[in-house]
Amino acid sequence: MTSANDLRPRPGEKLVFDVNPVLNERVTHYCPGCHHGIAHRLVSEVLHELGVAHKTILVASVGCATFTYDYFNVDSVEAPHGRACAVATGVRRARPEAVVFTYQGDGDMAAIGTGESLHAANRGEKITAVFINNTVYGMTGGQMAPTTLVGQKTTTTIHGRNFSNEGGPIRLTEIMAQLQGVAYAARCSLDSVKHVKEAKKAVRRAFDVQLAGLGFGFVELLSGCPTNWHMTPTAANKRIATDMIPVFPLGVFKDVGAAEANAVKEPGNA
Amino acid sequence: MSRIVILEERCKGCRLCVEACPVKVVRPSGRFNRQGYEVVEMDGKCTGCASCAVMCPDAAIRVFKSAGKSREGAGA
Amino acid sequence: MSRKQMPKRILVKGNEALAYGAVDAGLQCYFAYPITPQNEVPEMLSALLPEHGGAFVQAESEVGAVNMLLGAGACGVLAMTSSSSCGISLMQEGISYMAGSHIPGVIVNMSRGGPGLGDIGPSQGDYFQAVKGGGHGDHRNLVLAPSTAQECYDFMFMAFALAFAYRNPVMILGDAIVGQIKEPIRRTAPEGASTPEHLRSLVQDLRIEGYGARGENAPPRLLKSVYLAEGALAQRNRLLQQKYAAMRKDARYAGEELDDAELVVVAFGSIGRITSSAIRGLRKEGRKIGLFRPITLYPFPGEALRIHARGRRILVIEQNIGQMVEDVRLAVGGCDVAWHGIMPGLFIGANELVEPILQALKG
Repeated sequence: MTSANDLRPRPGEKLVFDVNPVLNERVTHYCPGCHHGIAHRLVSEVLHELGVAHKTILVASVGCATFTYDYFNVDSVEAPHGRACAVATGVRRARPEAVVFTYQGDGDMAAIGTGESLHAANRGEKITAVFINNTVYGMTGGQMAPTTLVGQKTTTTIHGRNFSNEGGPIRLTEIMAQLQGVAYAARCSLDSVKHVKEAKKAVRRAFDVQLAGLGFGFVELLSGCPTNWHMTPTAANKRIATDMIPVFPLGVFKDVGAAEANAVKEPGNA
Repeated sequence: MSRIVILEERCKGCRLCVEACPVKVVRPSGRFNRQGYEVVEMDGKCTGCASCAVMCPDAAIRVFKSAGKSREGAGA
Repeated sequence: MSRKQMPKRILVKGNEALAYGAVDAGLQCYFAYPITPQNEVPEMLSALLPEHGGAFVQAESEVGAVNMLLGAGACGVLAMTSSSSCGISLMQEGISYMAGSHIPGVIVNMSRGGPGLGDIGPSQGDYFQAVKGGGHGDHRNLVLAPSTAQECYDFMFMAFALAFAYRNPVMILGDAIVGQIKEPIRRTAPEGASTPEHLRSLVQDLRIEGYGARGENAPPRLLKSVYLAEGALAQRNRLLQQKYAAMRKDARYAGEELDDAELVVVAFGSIGRITSSAIRGLRKEGRKIGLFRPITLYPFPGEALRIHARGRRILVIEQNIGQMVEDVRLAVGGCDVAWHGIMPGLFIGANELVEPILQALKG
């Protein structure tokens, strides 16, 4: 068992990895190897680093992430399924001084809530949306998601997603990047140390643009769902690299803030 | 030597840390926590790179880096 | 009172009176999607509200609008949406969540004929939807039924007062007649109207704001409607039922000529007003008829009606195929209740109500 003594740095030691106070100490309800926990930690670290947790409002969604608010030390409100970006719009307009973010899965944001999400983005609402794409409906037991890969077996596509019947996976980041109100849109992955570190930077940027008043900040995080993929967590991580990333390319698709910052730096543009 | 501390009651035994460790010093311990998960443990020379903690979905790992030999094993 | 001292009167439509009333009551956020016959409300508020420092958002749909209302209401500000029948159907999910999460907000339904796309004429076909909850689960909305432009103005103050007192959605249920009729109103706050500051203070222990507003290490707050632990949802529902029981004391109605009435006619909203005209005409002929016009449809003023109905004949007139009549029958128990329905979409005159009223009087 871990003792309190173990958690104190010994002489010559430095604590180089610790959790931050924005993430509380509850053990999550997520399955072993689920990437929601990593995503939660990244968001909490960004809020902690920005020093804004005290004025942050989380709008929770429906799905496995319904209980997101149980793990963050911030004020929260529950939104009906898919409506988080609309609820966040109401919160933003009522509290212009707050930092507002939604945390939504692929069913919530890219199926039932596509309308609310795209229009909040298009209005350039000063909110940040964290979008978890694991190609499956987790909470309800593994049904097809809008992001399910063609050929992927789910409990409602038992022979694999058939494009001629169910269409193909929605690439939400690319759609978001087309909207004028979106200040930042990036897709990252949580499958490796390198990718998680990149994801942290993207989450930070997605909040930076909100704080700078530039518009809607969006970050998609490719995540594993070992339970509903019927895989070990390790195999699930590999699937992200081999199957998901080729369909959902990683990268920053839009960053209005960086473009503006660069424009100012260039000679003659000052 | 650097070290990691596993908060065993948080660990869900997913082993993403085992996979992430570049020097392979994290391994299943054979012990089970109250939730019934087989927790991991450290065995060997840890470099303090924190890869295991970065990948841990359950915030169950703390990393202490030895100040004296901070470069030892880096890049392995 | 000399003419100079009279409060200023303005000539407005019922919908415009709603917009003025909302702004004067302290409205801070308004979200809506256009739909006939209530478009004057968003059109006016798009200009008025920003002038008063408030926020106006034309939503992408009624689903979007009601959830923006949920978000703003959760922050404890005076927020509102407006729509009509089909749009209100789309809002039911959000209204249920608001009720389940103790979130205040005002929803205006200037209803239209249904079912389906129906028409844009007058109708009271949304009575059930409004007073029986409308959405999923056991929840209730307070429902106010204005019959004039002045009541449209005045009831906005009442709606916000009730929404914040009970931390519950409040619906104003009107129709094309109430919304479109143009008549003079006094644009002054009703006597005893609460200030917006007072209303906001009623929810200060139950609003999201960022925990820092309550102190450096204040525990975070959460507004939600999901209760999965064993017994937790039962407890939540008990709390809601207590609230609904407490609302009964706020039941209101307007009575006309009830003291000696042999026949009590029960009618609400625009039909209540037309019925009033018919009754005034019949009174001149010496017919002993009174009007009981519910102002709150939920809570239904059943106890008052029971007292007025004792030993009298009762007639319900409504513009639907028989909705409020069920609540009237529940309220008066054994009394014989006659009913006269008007099909949705029709514009009727007081003269058309004379015959059914006289028939009910004869029994």
